[in-house]
Amino acid sequence: MIDEPTVRGDSRANRRLIARLVLLVFAMFGFGFALVPLYDVFCEITGLNGKTGIADARSIRAADVDTSRMVTVEFTGNTANGLPWEFRPQVSSMQVRPGEVAAAVYIARNTAGRPIVGRAIPSVTPGKAAAHFKKTECFCFTEQTLQAGETKAMPVRFVVEHDLPRDIRTVTLSYAFFNAEAYAGTPPAGRSATGPDTAKNTN
Amino acid sequence: MATAEVASHEGHHHPTGIMRWLTTTNHKDIGTLYLCFSLTMFLIGGFMALVVRAELFQPGLQIVDPHFFNQMTTMHALIMVFGAIMPGFVGFANWMIPMMVGAPDMALPRLNNWSFWILPFAFTMLLSSLFVPGGGPAAGWTLYAPLTIQGGMSVDMTIFAIHMMGISSILGAINIIVTIFNMRAPGMSLMKMPLFVWTWLITAFLLIAVMPVLAGAVTMLLTDRHFGTAFFDPAGGGDPVMFQHIFWFFGHPEVYIMILPAFGIISEIIPTFSRKPLFGYTTMVLATACIAFLSFVVWAHHMFTVGMPLAGELFFMYSTMLIAVPTGVKVFNWVSTMWRGALTFETPMLFAVAVVFLFTIGGFSGLMLAITPADFQYHDTYFVVAHFHYVLFSGAAMAMMGGAYYWLPKWTGHMYDEKLGKIHFWLTTIFFNVTFFPQHFLGLAGMPRRIPDYALQFTEFNVISSLGAFGLGLSQLLFVYIIVKCVRSGVRATDEVWERPRGLEWTVPSPAPYHTFETPPKVI
Repeated sequence: MIDEPTVRGDSRANRRLIARLVLLVFAMFGFGFALVPLYDVFCEITGLNGKTGIADARSIRAADVDTSRMVTVEFTGNTANGLPWEFRPQVSSMQVRPGEVAAAVYIARNTAGRPIVGRAIPSVTPGKAAAHFKKTECFCFTEQTLQAGETKAMPVRFVVEHDLPRDIRTVTLSYAFFNAEAYAGTPPAGRSATGPDTAKNTN
Repeated sequence: MATAEVASHEGHHHPTGIMRWLTTTNHKDIGTLYLCFSLTMFLIGGFMALVVRAELFQPGLQIVDPHFFNQMTTMHALIMVFGAIMPGFVGFANWMIPMMVGAPDMALPRLNNWSFWILPFAFTMLLSSLFVPGGGPAAGWTLYAPLTIQGGMSVDMTIFAIHMMGISSILGAINIIVTIFNMRAPGMSLMKMPLFVWTWLITAFLLIAVMPVLAGAVTMLLTDRHFGTAFFDPAGGGDPVMFQHIFWFFGHPEVYIMILPAFGIISEIIPTFSRKPLFGYTTMVLATACIAFLSFVVWAHHMFTVGMPLAGELFFMYSTMLIAVPTGVKVFNWVSTMWRGALTFETPMLFAVAVVFLFTIGGFSGLMLAITPADFQYHDTYFVVAHFHYVLFSGAAMAMMGGAYYWLPKWTGHMYDEKLGKIHFWLTTIFFNVTFFPQHFLGLAGMPRRIPDYALQFTEFNVISSLGAFGLGLSQLLFVYIIVKCVRSGVRATDEVWERPRGLEWTVPSPAPYHTFETPPKVI
């Protein structure tokens, strides 16, 4: 190479510094990927990101039922592009008492001429209600397969916990159903999506 | 402050013509290459901005279709950020850092050659994506998923271009750190280094910390697009908002990567034309480090409206506002440097003063955006566009123009045309404000960004903004003319160029010989 300059710095010191910096580059590349599970863990610990909880049915006692107030639970559901299903809640809303186990049913029908695997991503609004909304049974826990033309009732059992802040009178449970054929067999979605708006854009 | 013993060896055999530039390992040659590349990209990206402004001159769709409009906003941003501003500062670093610390060259000259020559390939790839079926990337420079998971082949080309420019930036940053740590002249302790060197040292660490994260983010996009992963696709258990978190973990330090070297240039210019040493050198260094540290804990202020919990919004609001403190320290230090100084206003000083003033306006609109409840109103409006052009154009780009006028005599050996330089300054400053100040009003009135059409009540301000943009664009042709004129001819510059400036670069002849400081200078 032309014009090799006289190296003022000790070339061994250069190499040591370069090695450290390159290591830092690779570490940060790995850190970028590590952010994915880190965010998940962070949200799980703190209950952030509107995650709905999963409750064990045995842990819910009748004594916890708060008879002094009623909470309206609204249901919505939609399908993302690329999933030829009809999907809607059987009832659009119901009144529940905090602490009592309630059940709702969504109806899904596959309008395509072939079996399709779908996955539902739940979301609860308002965000601060999410931590107090627990599901004991949900079709969103696993992938759902519908045969061609099949109609299926999909139950969800849930509890609005009695520590739900008193100023919240209405809670909306929303599902976005995605075509999961490309991902069939992978573990179920661990986290909630961010809502139907972002979900709709996904193809 | 410093005396230097200059050794110059003009007798070496160099390849000539194109081979000189392809094979060069000389920091001055590579600095020139970077600067020319940056200027070219500045003009190309500026042309794209004019396409955008031409379409927005009137409501309705006149000139381009919405999809092409989106490609123009996306490409304008990618080219300005990665093609104009970042390589421009690396060009300044290549030219000035070895001379400022009394080193004969960069520590890793061959790597230096390689880090530059990756760039033309990266940008050829990026620009040619405009011509593939489906057109160029149109999802905005932030490349948000899930939109970028759907795009055509151009998204893949953009991803590879970002990988290449990322590698170039990282190699450049490694070179700069090694040079600063291992190549300083005897006696040049860290706290004696010029502030430009300090800001670049910190910038280089930021680059090494966040460019790999961007590389990771776009790699995840790539595997989501082609290899069946689902980082950002809810159907597979991913989360599109995750992309925003990872992107802005890179994106916010990136903002400081683009402004800290500008602070460094300003901190060199203002003392020279105030004929006083920089006020508060130590606090300047600490403030720079403080800004760099804080840049890692504020990223989610770019995404207040995604539905974050209150605790998160509060944290990011307060941490963002905290950045105003070290930034304020810098602004006050520059003003204190000028205070009771023997001021003269040559072109570099005009640019430096304008940067301090206009950047501060951008800083204040940034504080407005940092207020979470207010941000829900301003988010994705033209107010944001006005804000970041005040910090990136009148911060980064105008600091580079000032730096170019400041050091051009040292680089070329000729004084630039002072009269034309001042005309360029006033045209740039006036048209810049005509272009971007009305955009504050547009944004506050609710005009969304990245939309090719708008409601009728926004017409007047858009007309003003577009006229300003064309004036601003045309004024930059004058800048090119002044540079060419200065390279070719002009009054011979003295070695000092300015009146007793501080710094080792003024102890070598003008133009700076091909090799400087082969014998280390004595730094007192």
